[in-house]
Amino acid sequence: MVQIVPAAEGKELTAMPQYTQFQPKAYRPRMSAYWYLDQWHYLRYAMRESSSFFVAYFCVVTLAQIAALSAGPTRYAHFQALMQCPAMIVLNALALGFILLHAVTWFLLVPRVALRQMLGKPTPDMIASVPNFMAWFGATVIVALFILGVF
Amino acid sequence: MSSAKRSNEPIVWFLFGVGGFFAAYFLPIHIALYGLAFPLGLIRDPGYDKTLALLQNPLTRLYLFAVLTFCFFHAAHRMRLTMSDVLNMRHLNTVLAFLCYGGAIAGTICAIWLLVVVP
Repeated sequence: MVQIVPAAEGKELTAMPQYTQFQPKAYRPRMSAYWYLDQWHYLRYAMRESSSFFVAYFCVVTLAQIAALSAGPTRYAHFQALMQCPAMIVLNALALGFILLHAVTWFLLVPRVALRQMLGKPTPDMIASVPNFMAWFGATVIVALFILGVF
Repeated sequence: MSSAKRSNEPIVWFLFGVGGFFAAYFLPIHIALYGLAFPLGLIRDPGYDKTLALLQNPLTRLYLFAVLTFCFFHAAHRMRLTMSDVLNMRHLNTVLAFLCYGGAIAGTICAIWLLVVVP
């Protein structure tokens, strides 16, 4: 038994029904260009991600330092004079702040992705991150002693 | 034979992860000393001769190569995602990827060249 709909009688069959009115649109929520200012968590996320610009900046500074060292004492003195400019001091202080934010958030993130069971119980975030902070302290002291010419 | 296209995301995420550790462990002390403490006179700068002698050590050059290379790629990946997500530049993703990873490759080549030609 086939039911015949009077309105469709005599019309051609199409592969898919064609709708011309009230076609659904994809839902695209509008997002402000300054969405990261809405909440402290968003701002902290944006600041943490922005640390990458300062990482790149200081890598370039280090390349410039190596080039100056290779070029001789006069060029290295110019590099040192450049680093003493107030603008560079401010930029380096900003870079240090952002990269410290990266370091702390990076070390605190590790316990969330690592296996962290002690005596059958999950360890708190801070305790699970302590080895990272200790290794950071150790690496900092060793690098500083090399740079200062103690070794 | 599978025709599925292999993603290169694992490679960039690997470089990002390793670079994140290098940037967190080693960059703060470099900035604190060369960027602030020495220029401000808080700690006496060891001077040209001692710094050059340190750079001439092959282990120092290997260390600097690793730090710079991984940090460049870490920064490149995060900068691409930051500009794409935070600054709403997702429509420029291909251009951003080209600029960021291209910059990281250029930085790595520069680092290799500078570390090889140290006197």
